[in-house]
Amino acid sequence: MLNYAVKRLGLSIAIVSLAMFLLFCMIYLVPGDPASVALGPRATDAMKEALRVKMGLDQPIWVQFWNFFSGAWTGDLGEEVLSGRPVLDVVFEQLPYTLILIAGGITWSVALGIPLGCWAAINRGSFADRLVGILSVAVIAVPSFVVAIYALLIFAVTLQWLPAIGAGEPGDIGDQLVHLILPSLAVGLGWVGYIARMVRASMLEVLEASHIRTARAFGLPDRTITYRYALTIAILPTITLLGVGIGQMLSSAVFAEIVFARPGVGKLVYDAILTRNFPVVTGAVLVTTVIFVLLNLVADLIVGALDPRVRSSF
Amino acid sequence: MSEAASNAPVPQSSEWMRSLKRLLREPLGVFGLALVLLVIFGAVFADFLTQWDPTRINPRVRFEGPSGEHLLGTDQLGRDLLARVLHGGRIALYVALVSTAISLAVGIVLGLIAGYGPRWLDNLMILVFDAMKSFPTVMLALALVTITGPSLTAVILVVILVNVPGYARIVRTQTIAIKTSEFVTAAQSAGASTARILRVHIMPNVIGPLVILASMDIPVVIAIEAGMSFLGLGVRPPTPSWGSILNDGFAQIRETPWIAIAGGIPIIVTTLGFTFLGETLRDVFDPRLKGR
Repeated sequence: MLNYAVKRLGLSIAIVSLAMFLLFCMIYLVPGDPASVALGPRATDAMKEALRVKMGLDQPIWVQFWNFFSGAWTGDLGEEVLSGRPVLDVVFEQLPYTLILIAGGITWSVALGIPLGCWAAINRGSFADRLVGILSVAVIAVPSFVVAIYALLIFAVTLQWLPAIGAGEPGDIGDQLVHLILPSLAVGLGWVGYIARMVRASMLEVLEASHIRTARAFGLPDRTITYRYALTIAILPTITLLGVGIGQMLSSAVFAEIVFARPGVGKLVYDAILTRNFPVVTGAVLVTTVIFVLLNLVADLIVGALDPRVRSSF
Repeated sequence: MSEAASNAPVPQSSEWMRSLKRLLREPLGVFGLALVLLVIFGAVFADFLTQWDPTRINPRVRFEGPSGEHLLGTDQLGRDLLARVLHGGRIALYVALVSTAISLAVGIVLGLIAGYGPRWLDNLMILVFDAMKSFPTVMLALALVTITGPSLTAVILVVILVNVPGYARIVRTQTIAIKTSEFVTAAQSAGASTARILRVHIMPNVIGPLVILASMDIPVVIAIEAGMSFLGLGVRPPTPSWGSILNDGFAQIRETPWIAIAGGIPIIVTTLGFTFLGETLRDVFDPRLKGR
């Protein structure tokens, strides 16, 4: 296991390094001068030159790359163009909002997906099963930003049940939760479908297992068999699925934050693009990429710990 | 070709017909096909289905609700929303077709190289694919557009960057599985060139499942186009796109909700249509792919 963990960690570090390299290539090798992009069309040549020196753009390319690379690994992602604050601080300031939003999305997807998948598996082949199947595919297909806008339109604008914008009063947890309901629904709805399908498939597998047959033979009530003996096992693959899910929810969170005007990393990057705050864009992209890679690493390590076949085939 | 061979039924096409018949027996598949045909019909015959020009500004009819004259209403510049929705379908389908075709071509070539080439190259390419996949899609799009500026080309580029690693991995895995099989060894010992082996013996075995998977990715491609246009990172105004209509509607969602409704419905119809069709196609053609 240790051998596998070390190899897998090495792969993650290689992936992050390569992601940094690709990001660097994208910024510095694609036509367009970052200093002019950052300052906008009305900047004078002297201003551009000053910023170029400040950003280290006057140095040779390999020096630039080394500065970027070594800086990024030690947490130095540069400074904001106007305020001069470290980018890492700016990103970490917004990160909790996004993580809370994703946690809300997971809550929705688990709270709806597991019972639906379970229900479909128990009533296999019935109308209910087919309906859950179609609904699962449907919620996976519809893009999260459409869900976000329609949820805003229906529940916040028309019915006025829930607030439309912001993250709620700081310190007032009840208010913050109310503000979280719609955005997290938009983030999590697609994953209701994934989880329902996953739970249904693995429940069907588990319900065939011999220990369930034994439990039936002992005359245990169906309810006990389903929830205590089958579901607790059938739920395991869902955990690793969520590892991937959180990464994709990061994408949905960008839209949810913009539609519901919530603070967060997505909103930060979006605003940074509009204000040409260049280092913030790269910094935030890099931080989310590292989170994404870390989550996949954790998910793979959990699977590796549970399933020796994965370890040996690596 | 011998007499017997030329008289034998062509298994390929009859199998296709049988699969098509099975597709038409699945209610969900038929429903999906109907939605897809509806969208294609609307996009192709957009000029005949409405008399309005999607980019024509008319300040006297700004923010008009749905009426006999403007079936879906008008937007903040007085443009007819039905015309914009229909022409927006052209953009969505164009992006889906072009970017999927390019992704497939690039994915196949890279996958064949990784699968058939030397081991070190394979390892390096897999690492690059994994690194490319480790950017969350929207973050990748945001980072890219910062440099290139918003355009249709940027959208297509994002789709290619998102799709290619996955396709290349599938082709690579298939290639590795096939390259040690007996008919490839036979071709090698008969002196066939690497290019011929790849083209004649390996590609045909790789392409089928890949095309089905790519068709199932079309809803994702359409979502990327609409999503980027919604954020103002995709097509430039005044070109109509479902995403930009949705954005126009979002800005005025309290006063004139029909704009947002007009922008969202076609996205839902298209993604659902392609998904239902794709799921059924996959089950009909290749049950092994189930669950992917």
